[in-house]
Amino acid sequence: MSLLQVNNLEVEFPLLSGKVKALKDISFSLDKGERIGIVGESGAGKSVTAFAILNLISKPGRITNGSIWFDGANLADMDRDQIRNIRGNKISMIFQDPMMTLNPVLTISTQMVECLQAHRNLPEAEAKKIAVEKLRAVQIPAPETRLDQYPHELSGGMRQRVVIAIALISDPALIIADEPTTALDVTIQAEILQLLLELCVNFNVGLILITHDLGVVSQVTQRTLVMYAGSIIEQGPTRELISSPLHPYTQGLIGALPEQTTPGSRLNQIPGVMPSLQDIPEGCAFHPRCTLAVAKCQHQIPELKGKTSRLCACHLVDDVDA
Amino acid sequence: MFAFLLRRFGQAVIVMLVISLLSFSIQDQLGDPLRELVGQSVSEEIREQLRDKMGLNDPYLVQYWRFLKNALQGDLGTSYFFKRPALDVILDKLPATIDLVIAATFWILLFSIPVGIFAAIHPDHWFSKLALSLSILGISIPVFLTAIFLIYLFAVELGWLPSYGRGDTITLFSTWKTSLLTLDGLSHILLPSISLASVILPLFVRLIRSEMMEVLESEYIRFAWAKGLRRRRIWFLHSFKNTLLPVITVGGVQIGIMVAYTILTETVFQWPGMGFMFLEAINRVDTPLIVAYLIVVGLIFVVTNTVVDIIYGLVNPTVTLVGRPT
Amino acid sequence: MNFSLERMRRSPVYYSFINNKVAMVSAAILSTLLLVSILAPFIAPYDPWDQTAFDIMDSEYPPIGSSGADDRFLLGTDDMGRDMLSTILYGTGISIAIGIFATILQAFMGISIGLVSGYFGSRLDSFLMRIADIQLSFTTLMVAIIILAVFQAAVGLNSYERYALLMIVLVIGIAEWPQYARTVRACVLAEKKKEYVDAVKVIGLRPMRILYRHILPNTFSPLLVISTVQVANAIITEAGLSFLGLGMPITKPSLGSLIRNGFDYIFSGSWWITFLPALVLIVLILTINLLGDWLRDVLNPKIYK
Repeated sequence: MSLLQVNNLEVEFPLLSGKVKALKDISFSLDKGERIGIVGESGAGKSVTAFAILNLISKPGRITNGSIWFDGANLADMDRDQIRNIRGNKISMIFQDPMMTLNPVLTISTQMVECLQAHRNLPEAEAKKIAVEKLRAVQIPAPETRLDQYPHELSGGMRQRVVIAIALISDPALIIADEPTTALDVTIQAEILQLLLELCVNFNVGLILITHDLGVVSQVTQRTLVMYAGSIIEQGPTRELISSPLHPYTQGLIGALPEQTTPGSRLNQIPGVMPSLQDIPEGCAFHPRCTLAVAKCQHQIPELKGKTSRLCACHLVDDVDA
Repeated sequence: MFAFLLRRFGQAVIVMLVISLLSFSIQDQLGDPLRELVGQSVSEEIREQLRDKMGLNDPYLVQYWRFLKNALQGDLGTSYFFKRPALDVILDKLPATIDLVIAATFWILLFSIPVGIFAAIHPDHWFSKLALSLSILGISIPVFLTAIFLIYLFAVELGWLPSYGRGDTITLFSTWKTSLLTLDGLSHILLPSISLASVILPLFVRLIRSEMMEVLESEYIRFAWAKGLRRRRIWFLHSFKNTLLPVITVGGVQIGIMVAYTILTETVFQWPGMGFMFLEAINRVDTPLIVAYLIVVGLIFVVTNTVVDIIYGLVNPTVTLVGRPT
Repeated sequence: MNFSLERMRRSPVYYSFINNKVAMVSAAILSTLLLVSILAPFIAPYDPWDQTAFDIMDSEYPPIGSSGADDRFLLGTDDMGRDMLSTILYGTGISIAIGIFATILQAFMGISIGLVSGYFGSRLDSFLMRIADIQLSFTTLMVAIIILAVFQAAVGLNSYERYALLMIVLVIGIAEWPQYARTVRACVLAEKKKEYVDAVKVIGLRPMRILYRHILPNTFSPLLVISTVQVANAIITEAGLSFLGLGMPITKPSLGSLIRNGFDYIFSGSWWITFLPALVLIVLILTINLLGDWLRDVLNPKIYK
């Protein structure tokens, strides 16, 4: 019984120049306590997927098709009050830059307590106690003193821990983390990722981790989805996906990692650039850059299919064994 | 906090010194005090003696020093026209101007905050578009024209409201005369205060609207939505508090403009405040009064700026009141 | 930077303009006002500056259409017998001229100071910006009132009339340079950080050349936007000054002076002496503001992503 089931999700942005499809027929599911990663380049649609789940897509974008099943209800159909009940309560989000995520003029205490009080009737003293507990859980030293501080008084790593604490404060079933470590120092990144992993495992919280960094997913997630130009093109258990990628794009991504290159030689790049959402080519969106493309790739969009948990959207990859 | 106040006080002193120096130089150039006191028929020798006795032939700095000393003791000279100490004349007229400024500020705050917030949250609503159009119109009509139009419509054509003067006043604390507490006074202050507000109100509406729209697009507001908070809280606490910051800064500057506009408004309505007094003093070349006005306005200005800075420091936690952001 | 009509027609600015009725109408009205005020000496039926050409017996005729009007005066006459149409035509010209000249002066001063201050930085920059801050804290209107009042009292009415226009332009121009300086300086600081400046420095270009050839062109957009605001503000300030009697004299009146002149007469029924110039003044300021708003929206990179 899956925790989250996304079916045929479609998101459109009506711009001055015409309608742009940011997400095309996205489907995936997540079990209770499962941790999946969504990787792809900027503009592939990863963040849009994350925001779509909680209906937080920036205007003028909207969900035009599909359903998002969670806890027996379709999130895409909910009205304002219903979705408010889910946000910060059953499903939480973590954004990229903790300096921009926390409101600079409100205290840490206010920003934590309000998240609790928005969803249940708690006196402030009790809510503050829970807040301190969560701060301790994210390993912030001297948590009681943090309550009256302002975001700018904390370091980048500490701020992100606070954000994680806020995400956990109502004991959600799922956390969606959008590039949670991209804005942090490299030295802090590993700490935060480790923290996230431990918390999800200990509290049995599901995680959708969005990143462009394959190293990050390999550390934390059990399963990974690869997105390209608004579609999922490959899916599978993380370790397998990275060690033996099926889709030419994924192969290119792995091959481009510095670790894969012998020192002194050129880095292996995928030629070309991912197309902008307004100029998606016919057929397989990747075919102009694909070294293995055949005639079929130019006209027919490949389906995401496969046996068991390994899925791939490429004409050249027939049924794959697990 | 103390260090901040000390620094601001130091700055204020310097600014006041500069203002007093400039004012004093004006006094030096403008008009001949002797001519005001003594007639034309007095001989030149006696004039020279009088000049000496009055200290008018002393070197510049000595005269300036004397001027400063007197000023600090509250003696800003004697008005030629009123034949009374200049400071007394000003303090007599000050309450009228303060009444006007309070009334105008009342209109400004009452309308600009709700309208600005609404226009930011619902930018495509017809009311927002109307408010914006009226704002551009309001900014484009100079304050004295608004005053003239209002007078023509309400006083001349309709005869509903008086066109000049202050009306009845009530005396508080045995010295302060205010007209805000009498019905007659209120009917007199209605048009002038609306005129004075008419230029600054649209500015604030546009300012609040644009600042709030920017805030609403920020990541921390999106995060607030993601936390599942109620709309009202997101709009009025999370967003508005951040909007306030630039508004306070700009608002502080507008106060200076308001002082200048009171001169125009009071002139149209013959409102017996400081601004009208200043203009009349200019026409009569009543130099001591002119100089005294400049010093008093300078002081008001410096005090208001300091207060605005303190308010800003209190609202914005990222600024410690030493004046430098952490 | 080569310029061609074809390129202009295809630019997004042009596209936005053609589709924005408000901008087009404002531009049309503004151009008309500009045109008639420039041509005023040729198209005005009378010369309002010629003190011998009007007769007090002709005073206070209402505009054509009201009872008691005189055929000779299309918009009526003022209290001294001058033709309203002519005085308004000339007055508009003066108001616009002061607005434009004052803005050119402040632009020239402000841009030069802003460029130098932003580019060379350090102590020079702090010093100049300190002065700018101090100037900004004193409203132009207040400063202008004081300076012009003192000037008027010091030199007497006759000399005052001769130099009024110059003084007004000078005062407004010098009081407002910080606006331009700040805008330019912000642009310079932003551009300085960009890599092409380092690249050009490495090639060995002299600072002046870098400033004028590379950085300055990138400041045009924001400067254009604030210029419209500043012209409108200058016109409003001058109108206010003239209304107080500290601006243009009644012998060479701007729209503000005309309004001042006619104020007393609204109580006795001769509303047109004040309201006709008032209407023209409002239309003038409004069209400039509307165009300025449109310009700011169209040149805003955020909106056209």
